Amino acid sequence: LFSVAGSLEKKRLEELRVGVVAGPSESEINAMTGLIPMTMGKLPAWAVQRVSRRHEKLIQAALFLCAALSVLTTAAIILVLLGNAVYAPGARNAFFEQVSLWDFLTGTHWKPVDGPAGRFGIIPLLSGTIMVAVIASLVSVPAGLGAAIYMSEYAAPREREFLKPVLEILAGIPSVVYGFFALKFITPWILKPALGFLGLELGTFNALSAGIVVGIMVTPLIASLSEDVIRSVPRSLREAAYALGSTRFDVSVRVVVPAALSGILAAFLLAFSRAIGETMAVVIAGGQQPIATLNPLRGAQTMTSFMVHASTGDSAADSISRMSIYAIGIALFAITLTINLISGWILRRYREVYQ
Amino acid sequence: MSEPHPPAEPKVAEPKVAEPKTAEPKTARPKVSFISGGDRYIRNRLMLSRVFAWLCRFATYSALAILVVLLAAIIYSSLGRLSPDFVTNTNSTSPIKAGILAGLWGSFWLILFTAMFSVPVGVGSAVYLEEIAKDNMLVRIIKVNLANLAGVPSIVYGILGYTVFRTSAAAIAELFDGKHVIGVLGLFKVRLSKLPIYEDNILVGALTLTLVILPTVIAASQEALRSVPGSIRVASLALGATRWQTIWRQVIPAALPGISTGVILSTSRAIGEAAPLIMLGALTYTSMCPGGIESPLELLTRPSKLMQAPLDQFTAMPIEIYDWSKQPDARFTAVAASGIVVLLVVLLSINSVAMIVRHFASRRLKW
Repeated sequence: LFSVAGSLEKKRLEELRVGVVAGPSESEINAMTGLIPMTMGKLPAWAVQRVSRRHEKLIQAALFLCAALSVLTTAAIILVLLGNAVYAPGARNAFFEQVSLWDFLTGTHWKPVDGPAGRFGIIPLLSGTIMVAVIASLVSVPAGLGAAIYMSEYAAPREREFLKPVLEILAGIPSVVYGFFALKFITPWILKPALGFLGLELGTFNALSAGIVVGIMVTPLIASLSEDVIRSVPRSLREAAYALGSTRFDVSVRVVVPAALSGILAAFLLAFSRAIGETMAVVIAGGQQPIATLNPLRGAQTMTSFMVHASTGDSAADSISRMSIYAIGIALFAITLTINLISGWILRRYREVYQ
Repeated sequence: MSEPHPPAEPKVAEPKVAEPKTAEPKTARPKVSFISGGDRYIRNRLMLSRVFAWLCRFATYSALAILVVLLAAIIYSSLGRLSPDFVTNTNSTSPIKAGILAGLWGSFWLILFTAMFSVPVGVGSAVYLEEIAKDNMLVRIIKVNLANLAGVPSIVYGILGYTVFRTSAAAIAELFDGKHVIGVLGLFKVRLSKLPIYEDNILVGALTLTLVILPTVIAASQEALRSVPGSIRVASLALGATRWQTIWRQVIPAALPGISTGVILSTSRAIGEAAPLIMLGALTYTSMCPGGIESPLELLTRPSKLMQAPLDQFTAMPIEIYDWSKQPDARFTAVAASGIVVLLVVLLSINSVAMIVRHFASRRLKW
């Protein structure tokens, strides 16, 4: 194998010699290519390796299986959720065999107990989830976008190198830690005094503190995704705006952000769906009361915190409160998937293309 | 933190009125200082710009402030309990005695097996998608699917793990309860020995966590593979290497620092994951380390326990922290905070390994 490449090189050098009078001689060429001429014998044993075509194909097939595993995972998720909610194999009763879809979607009471007392309306859980996610967005959208603009438009490279790890650390702190922070610090030390000053009553478990920490958690996501799209806005756009007498505010808000708007919107949506799926912080700080309310000062149960609550309870595996996990799981999966798909669609559809 | 940006509208209307005004005095007054001069419109605009810059700076630095406050609050709360015996004790109902040893070992085993499952599959998928796959329908489906899997809440994987992995483990456990007899080829019968397999064992937890982090591992490995210059592949192929030889001997070694950094970072995410494990029914209260191994020395001295550990029940650090946080007894606050300190120290040390790898790799490789 070596000698083939070598002989090509040799040929080129020989051609060179034809053109140039004082080109390298035959022996010099051999020295330069550093190879034994083809005719002199076989390649040394180490250089010869039989490669079986089948072996190669086998490896590729194995790698393909690895990649296909992700499709299998999605299929399994859908199958498991639908399987146990719509039609359960074996002796178990599927959730929607016992509760009608209409009652599930429109009911305003959530009381997952067996027997006639059970009420299965998703509205209370949905309102809790959306409340937490909206509070989280109110925190994270201005903070994340502001941080993205600051890091891409204002910060010096050194400052940016210092700030970026800070955001990465904030993103890497586990959810339980934020839950603890909300329950034991934000609620008693910040929100209670502040709201007490305004004369408002705040529960120990409340959606407000949960929403705030979830907002803190998703801020780095918005910041880094938005910063990426903002940085991809070409420099010429900024320079043109400065040349027309714009201030930095004008450049950031009227030129750069509109140019990157699709990416920023996609980042917001992604963060919103992350906030909806956020579990441990909400479980710890948000409380476990499924009430259809939009009052963030009270405890609220989200879809995720219900799932944790139901699975830590001591109800039997085939009880309806267990089976309701699958129904809520479908709702959660469908909502987050829809938002993610919309986010991806916005990114593709409205991307500004620059040369 | 939640201040909105100053709206852009108020100043929009002004220029039409202000501009002719500013144009006239220019001829009369030769010196126009934009900062201190009488030009109100420009001064307002500059002011707005400066206020906006400060708001953005405030938003960015509030992240730093929150991080500092968070760490300070946790360390302050942990002062009552954090001591060496917190790391050597297992859980207890008494806040004075409760320690994190069982969670530490549980997390160790979980991460060991999660890494063992997710690294080959994750890197393999990335290699397939980046190096081998042609752009056909199937590959596009896989890519779209991966992007969507990354956005699935981790608790949903917990449901999957509970239904699929835990049920399978329960079936296997039932098979090995010491009562089942199976016939081998109709020739003789074998009574299956009794094995201590639990349905909520470490392997079930690790498989579930593998599914949680797999999209991240794949994305990180893809990123690393993409940063290997094409010339390396072309050179290797031109020398007659096959595609797999090129991948195995050139591309993967060149991408290894990037891959290992990404893999370490995404595996460290799994350490903090509690939701899927709780869905599996991992024990919130246990004082037992998997396999009964309580010190690193026992890993070497008692090999029989090693075999048992993966099939044992477990708890993990974030689960214990969750359990302590929701205890009504206020003294458990310090216990939970101490647990968080240990968890963060573990995370920090793992991440610093990744940083070191990245640092040395970026010094060595130059292209």
